[in-house]
Amino acid sequence: MTQTNSPRQHAGQAAPDWSAELEAMLDAYRQAGGDPDALKIPEVATLVVSGNQVLASHPIAGVHMEAEPLEQGVRARIVVDAGTQVKHPVHLCFGVVPAEGIQLIESEYQIGDGAKVQFLAHCSFPNAVHVEHRMDAQIHVGKNASLNYTEEHYHGQTGGIEVRPISKIYIDEGGQFTSNMVLTRGRIGVLEVDYVVDAEKDAVVELVTKAFGSGDDHVKVLEHLRLNGENARGLAKTRIAVKEQAVSEVNTMAEGNAVGARGHMDCTEIVRDQAIAMNNPVVKVSNARAQVTHEAAIGTVNRKEMETLMARGLDEDEAVDLIIRAMIR
Amino acid sequence: MKLPFLVVDHLSLSKDNAVLIRDVSLSFNPGEIHVLLGINGSGKSSLAYTLMGCDSYVPSSGAILLDGKDIKHASITERARLGITLAWQEPVRFEGLPIGKYVGLGIRENSREKVVAALEAVSLPAKAYGYRSNDQSLSGGERKRVELAAVYAMQPRLAILDEPDSGIDALSIMEIANLIQKMAQQGSAVLLITHRPELVAVADVAHLMCLGSIVFSGDPKNVNEYYQSRCHSHLDAFGEQPWMPAAQAENARNGQEM
Repeated sequence: MTQTNSPRQHAGQAAPDWSAELEAMLDAYRQAGGDPDALKIPEVATLVVSGNQVLASHPIAGVHMEAEPLEQGVRARIVVDAGTQVKHPVHLCFGVVPAEGIQLIESEYQIGDGAKVQFLAHCSFPNAVHVEHRMDAQIHVGKNASLNYTEEHYHGQTGGIEVRPISKIYIDEGGQFTSNMVLTRGRIGVLEVDYVVDAEKDAVVELVTKAFGSGDDHVKVLEHLRLNGENARGLAKTRIAVKEQAVSEVNTMAEGNAVGARGHMDCTEIVRDQAIAMNNPVVKVSNARAQVTHEAAIGTVNRKEMETLMARGLDEDEAVDLIIRAMIR
Repeated sequence: MKLPFLVVDHLSLSKDNAVLIRDVSLSFNPGEIHVLLGINGSGKSSLAYTLMGCDSYVPSSGAILLDGKDIKHASITERARLGITLAWQEPVRFEGLPIGKYVGLGIRENSREKVVAALEAVSLPAKAYGYRSNDQSLSGGERKRVELAAVYAMQPRLAILDEPDSGIDALSIMEIANLIQKMAQQGSAVLLITHRPELVAVADVAHLMCLGSIVFSGDPKNVNEYYQSRCHSHLDAFGEQPWMPAAQAENARNGQEM
């Protein structure tokens, strides 16, 4: 295990010259919905990155972390040993605290055969005015392994940020991968999600994206599920609400390339004010015994849902807000 | 003599060139259970939506007098805040909205205890259901119970229950009947739409609707016997009516509600 340029083992043990930056980052982590105290629990594996500095790195038995600084970011490699059942979610914290900056995270995740692990990543850019954050991830989920990756973002209130998470994911036979990308508080700025997943025999993949755009935010979701193995299953689920002048584009593609492969794309987008939402599902089936389906609902809030809530005493605005907040919760 | 708090006075409703409600008059005292009977398409749900103030159910004539004040132009929200609420025949689902939160929406002084009590009143243990999402993962029967719990929790002055028994298993019908009686004991008037004799039996008064009119009111047992033995579908009884648009005639033929 290597921890390049990472003098600390744990977020609770920062050296004095790092402590101010770590505190700022932990505050940003809190704003993204994370619990800083969780980063200090010895049994919890953690990695905290601010800009191109690795502020804290705390591996645990069976979970190895290597991190090294790049000119404008960090290269990280996380390995979970085969058969390891990680009890507590691995906490990751990425962010840029200043108003301006570029952060590139090159990451590699290797989940060994039969391992089971959850990652809880908080990406926080609370003061962003001109910030760019790019995540290039390679994820390998081993045979019969399970990876649940939840990524919650907070981009501040100005919208001055561009975030591009790009992931190439390979799920080996019997493996499971679930991704939850959540950006529902504050402004979004520009978000371009680009995921490509290859799923082998009996593998299961579920990609969930939830976002709430306002102002001139622009959300673009590109998801491509390639269900290559027999009985592979995949779901791409998108829940986006846009208001004011925000724009949402959801482009999903699912391929059924093997016997028994089953894919489904499920997109709901709620549009208010002058916002624009689009959904372009593409279905490709190259095996006669595979099946791929899609459903989409784009538009205003369902009238009967609103009337039901109004019959409990909510006014129209309260009802719409509750429906949207619940959908992207 | 008790004075009714709510009077429906010669109410009529036309929609899409069809008369859905014709000159309906009703009055409600606190704690009274009224049951509406009638074949599919007779106007029962239309009356329910009109009393609740749903979109495009604005009366063409008549009045809805709550404590003497006409509320026929009040919004759904205003009516709900005045104590009128509705449990829909086919309740919608809300992805991501916890059941406990949904049930508590209409409670003026919301508390966890009141939500728990409302859920348990419809045999949904709060531990199992309180944090569960009110969505597609629920069966039709569970969703109906959630809807009833939300109405019960509000302790409304008038609870309009549109077929609360549909989708509920036979063994649970008496639980629904008991809940309706409990609501009445707590002072709520209930307007119940049902086809189930077990629920008709708990009513104080029954009204038979036909072609948008209330044609017969009285003892629930007598009205139900009349309904069961004498009523026919509109088309059997009268043929296609000149006022009935093609789509509505088709619905009546297929046994769907207007």
